[in-house]
Amino acid sequence: MADAATGPRDDLTIAVPRGALFAETLDLLERLGIDVAEVRGNERRLLFADAGIVTVRPSDVPTYVEHGAADIGITGKDVLLEQPERAVYELLDLGYGRCRMVVAARAGDDAMAESLRRLGSVRVATKYPRIASRHFAATGRQAEIVEVKGSVELAPLTGLVDAIVDLTATGRTLAENRLEEREQVEVCTARLVANPVAHKLKAEAIDVLVARIKECNGCA
Amino acid sequence: MIGATPPGTRDVLPDEMREIRAISDRLRAAFERAGYGEIWTPALEYEDVLSRGDERAAGAGYRLFDERGRVLVLRSDMTIPIARVVASRLNDVEPPIRLSYLAHAYRAGEDAPAQSREFLQAGVELVGTPAPDGDAEVIALVIGALSDAGLGRHRIGVGDGSLYRGVLESLEVPEAERHALMEALSRRDLVALERRVAGLGVSRAARELLTSLPALRGGPEVLDRADGPVARAAENLRACHELLAERGMAERVIFDLGLVRELGYYTGAVFELYDPAVGFAIGGGGRYDELVGRFGRPMPACGVALDLERVHMAATAEERLDREAGRVREGVS
Repeated sequence: MADAATGPRDDLTIAVPRGALFAETLDLLERLGIDVAEVRGNERRLLFADAGIVTVRPSDVPTYVEHGAADIGITGKDVLLEQPERAVYELLDLGYGRCRMVVAARAGDDAMAESLRRLGSVRVATKYPRIASRHFAATGRQAEIVEVKGSVELAPLTGLVDAIVDLTATGRTLAENRLEEREQVEVCTARLVANPVAHKLKAEAIDVLVARIKECNGCA
Repeated sequence: MIGATPPGTRDVLPDEMREIRAISDRLRAAFERAGYGEIWTPALEYEDVLSRGDERAAGAGYRLFDERGRVLVLRSDMTIPIARVVASRLNDVEPPIRLSYLAHAYRAGEDAPAQSREFLQAGVELVGTPAPDGDAEVIALVIGALSDAGLGRHRIGVGDGSLYRGVLESLEVPEAERHALMEALSRRDLVALERRVAGLGVSRAARELLTSLPALRGGPEVLDRADGPVARAAENLRACHELLAERGMAERVIFDLGLVRELGYYTGAVFELYDPAVGFAIGGGGRYDELVGRFGRPMPACGVALDLERVHMAATAEERLDREAGRVREGVS
């Protein structure tokens, strides 16, 4: 990859999240002058050595960056909150990909309050067990966290749980499943993270990139 | 399961052991040559000995009771036991006292990395030599020892462990806020740090200092940008840089004013060792001028510890880089 060192990214390997943040992340990189045409045109390839890009699942970005397989990466704040033990630098709030982590429950009744009053604890389904248990602990409520891998909205409808903790952008999926938001846990946006060693040893390249992103976000 | 080891511990078999031993032999030889005599201390210490050194050090360990009900802890590092030895067994030895060790230490609990809760450390402690001479001696020694052990690309990040806290104190930031800011800094969450700083009722210049400090890293030129409440720390680091330049080691040093170390006993310079071939620090240390005094013999001191398994990983990764570079040169790739 040394021959690509003359480009604006100066030898940095970037972990780019596939999924909801993918398109806006590529737009940002393009504005920075990084050639992402190859990445856009290639659904299945994962490694783009010339552009210095690896594409991974958003929740894998901290893993790649922590181990130095990528120098920097972009992922959601939700992912970082769920993996607090990852030793990565959180350098910038990129502003896009805004969504909210919320507690939601079935519209029309208050199963959560009733469970807390009569059973002393509330059952909560989520894909984010650590964010959920932290939130309930911080607000002084016992919660039994039920981890599910997908379709969290189904859990309260079937009586599996009293409430869910999940990410919502527009609230449409919640409404379609007759769930309503009860509490906001966190607002999540895309973040730029860096490997701690790269942050020292490639300081200049990273600082230049951060400065240019700040510039670009200002003019976008 | 029969034959399993506890989480974070593992067996080391002969192939790996030979390589680790080769590295540790070279490190020990380098320490010995520099006049650092090797010592052993017990793997078990009384809990109040460790918590006298650092509260978090005792909390992070494995605990057990002896037959009289006293609480024993597996040591979480070697620095506190050595401070104890210097103030007790070596009480009549004139400083400077130079000691080295090769020993296992143990960390458990939520904050401990799941991979290794038992780790082998090789390190030195220099007791009785103040900054900057002591800092420079230890930094030069560890850089040289790693070269002896076969690394070629390693660098050392040098900062000041009391710097950020000191700035917050001098700005009279309230205790609760101070704690939250230090916590954000040690989590390396610069976004949260910046937001908290924006909410502080301090001057614009102070806000700028607080947000820019963690990103100030590079050659000695970053020290020129440190003024106001951080000028004194910068002056010490500059003196340290001059001493290292005399030894021809300056280009291995990266000054990093945002560097914080996990343990609370550091009072001055702090170090972290890196190798570009791996994405994690391979060792660290710093100056702890108050620690030995907590055991009854006030003396300045500083030290550094290498994580042997990580040094081994770095050596292996460097070899791979060298092989790949060799292939590219020969045009095989």
